[in-house]
Amino acid sequence: MSTAELMDFDEAIEKFEPVLGFEVHVELGTATKMFSAAPNGFGDEPNTNVSPVCLGLPGSLPVVNEQAVRYSISLGLALGCSIAESSSFARKNYFYPDLAKNYQISQYDEPIAFEGEVEVELSDGSIRRIPIERAHMEEDAGKLTHVGTSGRIQGADHSLVDYNRAGVPLVEIVTHPIFGAGALAPEIAKAYVATIRDIVISLGISEARMERGNLRCDANVSLRPWGQEKLGTRTETKNVNSMRSVERAVRYEIRRQAAILEAGGTITQETRHWHEDTGTTSAGRPKSDADDYRYFPEPDLLPVVPSAELIDELRAALPEPPAARRRRLKTEWGFTDLEFQDVQNGGLVSEVAATIAAGASPAAARKWWTGEITRLANARGAEPTSLVAPESVAELTALVDEGTLTDKLARQVLEGVIDGEGTPAEVVDTRGLAVVSDDGALIAAIDDALAAQPDVLQKIKDGKVQAAGAIIGAVMKAMRGQADAARVRELILERATE
Amino acid sequence: MSEISEEQVAHLASLARIALTDDEITNLASELDQIVNSIAKVQEVATDDVPATSHPIPLRNVYRPDVVGDTLTQEQALQNAPDDDGQRFVVSAILGEEQ
Repeated sequence: MSTAELMDFDEAIEKFEPVLGFEVHVELGTATKMFSAAPNGFGDEPNTNVSPVCLGLPGSLPVVNEQAVRYSISLGLALGCSIAESSSFARKNYFYPDLAKNYQISQYDEPIAFEGEVEVELSDGSIRRIPIERAHMEEDAGKLTHVGTSGRIQGADHSLVDYNRAGVPLVEIVTHPIFGAGALAPEIAKAYVATIRDIVISLGISEARMERGNLRCDANVSLRPWGQEKLGTRTETKNVNSMRSVERAVRYEIRRQAAILEAGGTITQETRHWHEDTGTTSAGRPKSDADDYRYFPEPDLLPVVPSAELIDELRAALPEPPAARRRRLKTEWGFTDLEFQDVQNGGLVSEVAATIAAGASPAAARKWWTGEITRLANARGAEPTSLVAPESVAELTALVDEGTLTDKLARQVLEGVIDGEGTPAEVVDTRGLAVVSDDGALIAAIDDALAAQPDVLQKIKDGKVQAAGAIIGAVMKAMRGQADAARVRELILERATE
Repeated sequence: MSEISEEQVAHLASLARIALTDDEITNLASELDQIVNSIAKVQEVATDDVPATSHPIPLRNVYRPDVVGDTLTQEQALQNAPDDDGQRFVVSAILGEEQ
C-alpha cells in the first residue's frame, strides 16, 4: 500500500478513536518442553530436541512440566491476576504442519490466570493501567521455512519443518480492549510490551529475547468515530517482534484504517503481516470458518489445581512491582528524572540493571546503552537489546576504566562485539585495539614529532604549553588513536623541557 | 426430530479435511443424531449440581520434573517422514499461516 492511502496520523486521531488489544506470547525458559522431557533449546540442529510427544507419534502421551506451571502462576500473579482454583487444558484443532498432532494443547475456558492489571509508564512519566483478561498456558509450534521464489508464504513451492520449538512452554497474555489511548496509542503499545518484558525478566522465567521470538506480540487495532459506542472492525497484526515495531505497526494500522473509513470503505476483519523492512502491514488470512477450532477438553491431561500454599509461596517470592522497582533503581543509580526516562523509554531498564550487576558503574551503563548501542541499533534497524549482552557492555566499561581502551577505541570494540567477533577482550586482541601504554613506543613517536616540528618544540620550551596540542595530534595519529592523550601530553612536556 | 443438520456434518467434514459424498453426509447426520439423543438421555439424570466432567478419574496435578530426558535422533525423527531434506520434514506449501 502506498503512503497515499494512509491518513496523516494527527488527522486520523482527530477523527477516530483507536481501540487497542494485545496478545503477547512469552516462551518460558524451562529446561524442558511443556509436555515432554525434550530439551527447550534455541539454535540447535533441526529436529534433534524432539521426543515422540513433540512429533505427535501414536501412543505418546503428554505430561505437564511442573516448573512451567510454577512460572505461569508467578507471571499471573505479577500481572495482578487471580489464579484459577482449577485450571484445565484444551485442544485447539487446526490443520497446519507447524504442529504434528493437528491440534495445539492450550487452555480455553479455564485459564491458569485471569483478570489482572499492568501499570505502564509513558515517556512523560504518566501511568496507564492496562486491563488483563487472561494468561493461559500452551505449547509453541514448530518452525516452518517456506521454500520458493519469494521466500514468503505466497509463491512457496514447499515448506521445511523443524519441530525443535514444538512444545516449548508458552504463556499467552491477553488484554481486554484498551480505550482512551488517543494519540498515545503507539507509545502505549510499545510501553506495554516493554513492561511485560521487564516483568518476565525480573521474574527470571524467560530470556525474553524478542529477536529470537521468546516474546512475540500480536497487536489488535480498531477505529471508531469519537463518541460512537459500537467498536469498529479490528485487524490483528501478527508476530511483531520488537518494541519499536509494535509502536510502528500500531501507528501504521491507525493511519491505514482511518484512510479506508474516511473514504467510505469498510475494514476487513483479518490477520495482517508486519513487514519490518517497509514498516507496513499486508493482508493475511481473513477470519473464516477455519477459525472454528472446535476446542474441547484435553483428555490426556488432568486438571491443574494449585494449592493455596503454592500460590502463597510464589506470591511471596515475587520481585517488587515494576513501578516500585523503577523508583528504587532510579535512587540507587543516582539518575536524574531525565536520565532515568531516557533508559525507561528505550526499554533498557533491565539491560542497564544487568550491566551494573556485572560490574559497570550506573553512569557508564546508561551512557553505553542509551548512547552508542542505541545509535548502532537505529542504524541497523535493530533493537538495542538484541545487539549485545549486558555482560559484554560491563566488560567494555571495565577495559575503559583500567585504561586499556579509550572511549573512541571502546566504540570500535563494541562494533566488533556486535559483529560477532567475540568478547570485548577477544576483539581487543584480534583487532589490536588496546591503548599503547608502553612509554617507550610513545616517547619514540613524540621525539619523531618534535623533530619534525622544531618550531613547536621551541614554543613549548618558551613556556607556551598549549602548543603541545599539535604534537599530541601527530602522536595520536602515529599511534592510530590507540594512546591515552593525557599521558602523551605529560610525556611531551617532559621530553620538550629535558 | 433431527438435531444434527446435513449442513453441520458438511461443515465438520470440511474442518476435519474429510471428503464425504452426499449420501455419506445424509447417513452420518442421522447416525450422529442418534448418538446425540442417547447422550441427551444421560443428561436427564445429571442435575444442575453435577459439574461437567472432562476426566472420569479423580486425579489432578500430575506433573513431571523439569529434567531433560531421552530424545529422538534426527534420523529417528525423520524416519517416518514421507519426505525430508536430511534435517527437516518437507511438506507441501500450504496456503495459510501459523496460528
